[in-house]
Amino acid sequence: MVLQSLKLPELIQEIRGAKTQAQEREVIQKECAHIRAAFREGDAPQRHRQLAKLLYVHMLGYPAHFGQMECLKLIASPRFTDKRVGYLGAMLLLDERQDAHLLITNSIKNDLSQGIQPVQGLALCTLSTMGSAEMCRDLASEVERLLLRPSPYIRKKAVLAAVHMIRKVPELSDIFLPPCTQLLHERHHGILLGTITLITELCEQSPAALTHFRQVVPQLVQILRTLVMSGYSAEHSVSGISDPFLQVQVLRLLRILGRNHEESSEAMNDMLAQVATNTDTSRNAGNAVLYETVLTIVDIRSASGLRVLAVNILGRFLLNSDKNIRYVALTSLLRLVQSDHSAVQRHRPTVVECLREPDASLSRRALELSLALVNSSNIRSMTQELQGFLISCPVDLRADCASGILLAAERFAPTKRWHIDTIMQVLTTAGAHVRDDAVANLTQLIGGAEELHAYSVRQLYSALAADISQQPLVQVAAWCIGEYGDLLLSGSCEETEPLQVQEEEVLTLLENVLQSHLSLPATRGFALTALMKLSTRFQGDNNRIRQIVSIYGSCLDIELQQRAVEYNALFRKYDHMRSAVLEKMPLVEHGESQDDEPREGKEEPWNPNKEVQSHPEPPASNLLDLLDLLDSANGDAPPSPALDLTPGDSLLHLLDFPSTAPTLAPIPGLKVFDREGLQMNLSFVRPPETPSLLLITATATNTSKSDVTHFVCQAAVPKSFQLQLQIPSGNTVPAQGGPPITQVLRVFNPSKAPLRMRLRLTYNHFGQSVQETFEVKDFPLETWQ
Amino acid sequence: MIKAILIFNNHGKPRLSKFYQPYSEDTQQQIIRETFHLVSKRDENVCNFLEGGLLIGGSDNKLIYRHYATLYFVFCVDSSESELGILDLIQVFVETLDKCFENVCELDLIFHVDKVHNILAEMVMGGMVLETNMNEIVTQIDAQNKLEKSELDIFFFFFFFIYLYIQAGLAGAPARAVSAVKNMNLPEIPRNINIGDISIKVPNLPSFK
Repeated sequence: MVLQSLKLPELIQEIRGAKTQAQEREVIQKECAHIRAAFREGDAPQRHRQLAKLLYVHMLGYPAHFGQMECLKLIASPRFTDKRVGYLGAMLLLDERQDAHLLITNSIKNDLSQGIQPVQGLALCTLSTMGSAEMCRDLASEVERLLLRPSPYIRKKAVLAAVHMIRKVPELSDIFLPPCTQLLHERHHGILLGTITLITELCEQSPAALTHFRQVVPQLVQILRTLVMSGYSAEHSVSGISDPFLQVQVLRLLRILGRNHEESSEAMNDMLAQVATNTDTSRNAGNAVLYETVLTIVDIRSASGLRVLAVNILGRFLLNSDKNIRYVALTSLLRLVQSDHSAVQRHRPTVVECLREPDASLSRRALELSLALVNSSNIRSMTQELQGFLISCPVDLRADCASGILLAAERFAPTKRWHIDTIMQVLTTAGAHVRDDAVANLTQLIGGAEELHAYSVRQLYSALAADISQQPLVQVAAWCIGEYGDLLLSGSCEETEPLQVQEEEVLTLLENVLQSHLSLPATRGFALTALMKLSTRFQGDNNRIRQIVSIYGSCLDIELQQRAVEYNALFRKYDHMRSAVLEKMPLVEHGESQDDEPREGKEEPWNPNKEVQSHPEPPASNLLDLLDLLDSANGDAPPSPALDLTPGDSLLHLLDFPSTAPTLAPIPGLKVFDREGLQMNLSFVRPPETPSLLLITATATNTSKSDVTHFVCQAAVPKSFQLQLQIPSGNTVPAQGGPPITQVLRVFNPSKAPLRMRLRLTYNHFGQSVQETFEVKDFPLETWQ
Repeated sequence: MIKAILIFNNHGKPRLSKFYQPYSEDTQQQIIRETFHLVSKRDENVCNFLEGGLLIGGSDNKLIYRHYATLYFVFCVDSSESELGILDLIQVFVETLDKCFENVCELDLIFHVDKVHNILAEMVMGGMVLETNMNEIVTQIDAQNKLEKSELDIFFFFFFFIYLYIQAGLAGAPARAVSAVKNMNLPEIPRNINIGDISIKVPNLPSFK
């Protein structure tokens, strides 16, 4: 038998000698065949050698499951050699997912009760490595018995086996709790180590055990004292520190016991201070103990002097040249940042320096800590640092860094312009890694910051002209150019350098985006809509736009095709509606942060008037005329844009919000206009379910002898309100008391400010066209309170 | 707790792999490969801690490794272990190996994997640190090895004794046979044995260590 198959060393030699993977596989397959044959023959003396070879092959990654039953036979054999290999095989090949593992329970039981010491050790080791819940239940009493044996070797193993059993079957903790207190009196370090691990596990599992073990705090402190004071003991010391492993375990247990408990914390204060000051930190072992001490001090209810000491030690760690120490310091500072924020802020410069480390683990920790340290006073400098990091950081950190910067910017942005700049820069550097809602957030932000429209559109245009590959940036830029294309062409803006852009250039850029293979379908959609909007914003000929739009009418992408077809229809059949359809978007409501709440807390309140008046005269938009009107009239904040609908726009019914039937307590109406027989009355309704909503019905009646035709009513309200005009019932009031025109205006007044409104009426009466503008100030109290 | 202990060389060949949580064989090999991939990319003067990979990782686990000459010793632990403490543990482990094998090198690990497993079992059990006192560990290992040897001796003594008698001038007798003979405490080995017509000379066997 020995001659046919190889011995283990020879097998290893052959495998090492194999030059290719295929050769190695061949050798191993041949040998496995021999092993299988040997197992079948049932040759007892050589079994352990065969299994040893099998285990080696298993480590290299080849299948070895046919050795499982052999493990069982070997464990059952009386010889120590067999048992050793058998148990090793059981640990490597069997685990709780195989049914065969339960078969060794009996063997383990026998070995635990009758075996010699090394055999008992093997059995306990195997039990704690692969013992499943059923095995643990069966063998619990055996292990408990072994806890009381005189031999320290067996006891320490039994204690650790007990830890494993409690993890698998928590109910067993009742059996193992009582011996713990007694075991703490042991002198043998191995038993102590195991016992402390056991107590830690018990305390973590049940709060009752935690209370029970608080009484052993004095004893633990005593153990620590002996270790620290005992001086040099050659046996357990690692680089001059006596048994640092035991010290660390004791400190960890003290941490768990002292958390949120005054009495225990007080009992350990002195000892912790002593350990913190007396430990020699020139080698890693000392640093390990010191680090654990600091963590404990921070977690328990320690004296304030002690806390200060702990934070200072962490600060020293942070400046240490050893990278490992810096790493653990960063980790623990992250835990501290919630509770002792100001203390950690002091170390911000060092943390930022760690950002620039080439070591990936350190920079990841430093990134987390930096993001936690950002607050309103250091936002600008921190964002600069973080953006520098974003450019050079490894790819897996980019997403975290980008979203961290965006979140911090959202929370602490000092000005809107800074916020927009920051987001743009993040999109330019790491556009592919930002979260999906960054685009929506940015468009919302830009839309709300009216004074920055010109600035943003210019910046975005330059960024887009430079690079059309970063999708989120392209999407936002396309939207912005579409919305505010007129501002782009108009020449200079005070905030940026003058940029002369021609219409053709803009159209070319958008066409490039449309055609580029880098663009996602969503981006193409953005670009197409932007092109369409530009057909109303730009003065030039629309032929180019029409061409592009009609090409995409046969695009394979359904979304694009649908858009193109609809836009085509808009060009051909509904050209008169085009300008109305493609108007500037109203502000999208965004939860609590509405544009109308001025950011009072910020350092530089923006001056809206100045910005708005730099807007040039746009072509043929009734809306902006009204804006100018209000500005020049009373220097008030510009109103939010009103949806102005020309009569007969049946298509735009869809954009209407459903109007609620007016219900309640009648509010007195108001007559606002009377001229030559044409009167306008306002009546008010406030539906109870939406207290900030006011429905105004404007009624125009004609008592004169001549018809009033082409009647259009426009309205504007101050900035803190929102206004929606619904379609009037008609635009002619026949003479002599004919049916009046009614129009419903919806006013949102969330801040309950006094209502003011400016109305402009244009109509033809007595053969003349009349335009009247007036302000209505004295609305009844019930309309706005 | 310690989730896994891996030793592999600079090319990624596993020299020891011990998992303290149940993983399938495929997953185990994948973990070894992935760990090697992560660890081999590291520079020389960076810290010894790595956030775990996708398989054995997750937010809680870390890889703590040390590079000794041609071998990487990697411990995968969760957050309940002290990182600096594990570094010390790796050091103690290597020193113990050194003591047991006398100037341990990679070849020792290659040819005596089972012995390394036994030593490791005396230090770490079920994912928890059992014993860190080098002397105790070495004493235990020696006792167990002696036990094993004595069993083997008794078993093979008979066969090898016969084997010796029927071989002529065997200078390369197996070491086990030699120590078996040595330990036997024979009163005297006759130099000339007559079995029928064959006359055999038992050579003076040198002692192997």
